Amino acid sequence: MPALSLRQLSKTYGNGVHALKGIDLDVESGDFFALLGPNGAGKTTAIGIISSLVTKTSGKVFVFGRDIDVELEAAKACLGVVPQEINFNQFEKVSTILLNQAGFYGIRRRIARARVERWLRELALWDKRDAVSRTLSGGMKRRLMIARALIHEPRLLILDEPSAGVDIEIRRSMWEFLRRLNADGTTIILTTHYLEEAETLCRNIAIIDEGRIIEHGRMSNVLRKLQTEIFVLNTRETLDDTPQLPGYAVRLTDDHTLEVEVSKEQNLNDIFAALTYRGIEVLSMRNKSNRLEELFMRLVEGRDAAETPASAAAAE
Amino acid sequence: MTTGAGTAVNARREGEGEHRWVGFSTIVIREFSRIIRIWGQTIVPPAITATLYFLIFGSLIGPRIGDMGGYSYMQYIAPGLIMMSVITNSYGNVVSSFFGAKFGRHIEELLVSPLPNWLIVLGYVAGGLMRGLLVGIVVTLVALLFTRLHVEHWFAVVGAVILTALVFSLGGFVNAIFAKNFDQVTFIPTFILTPLTYLGGVFYSITMLPDWAQKLSQANPILYMVNAFRYGFLGHSDVSVSFAFTVMLAATIALFVLCVWLLDRGTGIRD
Repeated sequence: MPALSLRQLSKTYGNGVHALKGIDLDVESGDFFALLGPNGAGKTTAIGIISSLVTKTSGKVFVFGRDIDVELEAAKACLGVVPQEINFNQFEKVSTILLNQAGFYGIRRRIARARVERWLRELALWDKRDAVSRTLSGGMKRRLMIARALIHEPRLLILDEPSAGVDIEIRRSMWEFLRRLNADGTTIILTTHYLEEAETLCRNIAIIDEGRIIEHGRMSNVLRKLQTEIFVLNTRETLDDTPQLPGYAVRLTDDHTLEVEVSKEQNLNDIFAALTYRGIEVLSMRNKSNRLEELFMRLVEGRDAAETPASAAAAE
Repeated sequence: MTTGAGTAVNARREGEGEHRWVGFSTIVIREFSRIIRIWGQTIVPPAITATLYFLIFGSLIGPRIGDMGGYSYMQYIAPGLIMMSVITNSYGNVVSSFFGAKFGRHIEELLVSPLPNWLIVLGYVAGGLMRGLLVGIVVTLVALLFTRLHVEHWFAVVGAVILTALVFSLGGFVNAIFAKNFDQVTFIPTFILTPLTYLGGVFYSITMLPDWAQKLSQANPILYMVNAFRYGFLGHSDVSVSFAFTVMLAATIALFVLCVWLLDRGTGIRD
């Protein structure tokens, strides 16, 4: 049974903005799923509808098979949401926020206290349990919202840009934590602007733009649709001219750096062979940009429109 | 005889009932903690205001006014002043707590939870009731420093104070739902509630007014609340006590239904 199913989900706001235009989406139980899109694409609206903070205009939402129009309370009990913006009472203590949230889910105090300790320790906030929440740093506030979303141990966790504004160290530890959580059976849906984060963590992906799903499928299949990649090569030798590599577009960016565009029919061995033949030694190599970022930009800007049908589900 | 399926359904309902009770009591505890945490804003000001009223209107001006309805002016205004503080504080508690939660967005903690909307309304209203009663008790204690209070009808005193606190807690909830900024939170208490309270027979008997003003006063719901409460203390009322209780009960039910309906629609809280 899918953890989440959206059927022809639409939302038109009172000001006439058509935020969602009939999207269909399935997220399987146990998945680690990325929902990507530019600002204003409809991601937060979709999450708002799923968590019943936004009223849908039409369509259906099922959480573990429970229709939110029919079994709203049961659907909500399965769901934990980490919103994009801080939405806890900044005058309350960290532990009070979690205890209250547990209470709203019908968890008795004795059990709730044990869970508060567990999640605060897991998220390295135990030392801050008696701190007033507004005194926490930005990264701590994000982790507090994750702890709060987990206090009722939901089967589906939705995180709306959880790593926005947090430093790289905290982001990496957050990734580790989410990986463990997913391995323990929690289905996770993630929206993020850090496409490296999505590529590193998620198995499946949907890209939403202007209220429509423009790409949907396994991460590996979606990335395969990237027609070309640009590699940056650092050379030992100082280069005066751009070396000619037959069949490849090459650009000299400085006297030790080359950018080579490689299509998916080509391979890297030929490049190394050609450079070695010319006596050029490659010290290191990297992608010019994150592969998913590359694809994302092309899709959103419509450059790869011809290559990608509206849904890749059929390609699965 | 209960079937296996029936037992499962009953067990699920019991579990649901327990979850709801825990959820409701969590809101109530949170509201009570808030009232106590900010006692300087919730408990102290009404005590000071009541002291000033009793000092100026009761002790200084009262003796010059003489008896009213067969009681000293101080005894006459005491129930009205207690009721005035109950009205102001039950309304103020819910409007500030719910609007604060809306403004700070932590109302979303409740909206994403499986608690039904009627229970969320009940939780906030219970908070308003608690503060109304707490402040009512404090003002009664202040009143006892100035005059002797004799209770004629306990049922009327308790019934009137609870129903009034409920009505104004629910009123505060409606105000908070529609309010888009802090100006709109203070508009109703300043421009509607205060004039209605002062003109609702707190300081005078409406029998002192000309006919047209008496008839106009009868359209003021606060008149019925103050008089039902005063009846409990003095055994004297300007209006029919049974009609007063009917008005309060009807207003409580109507406002509760309205609050739940507004929350179900998402008015003021959902796009």
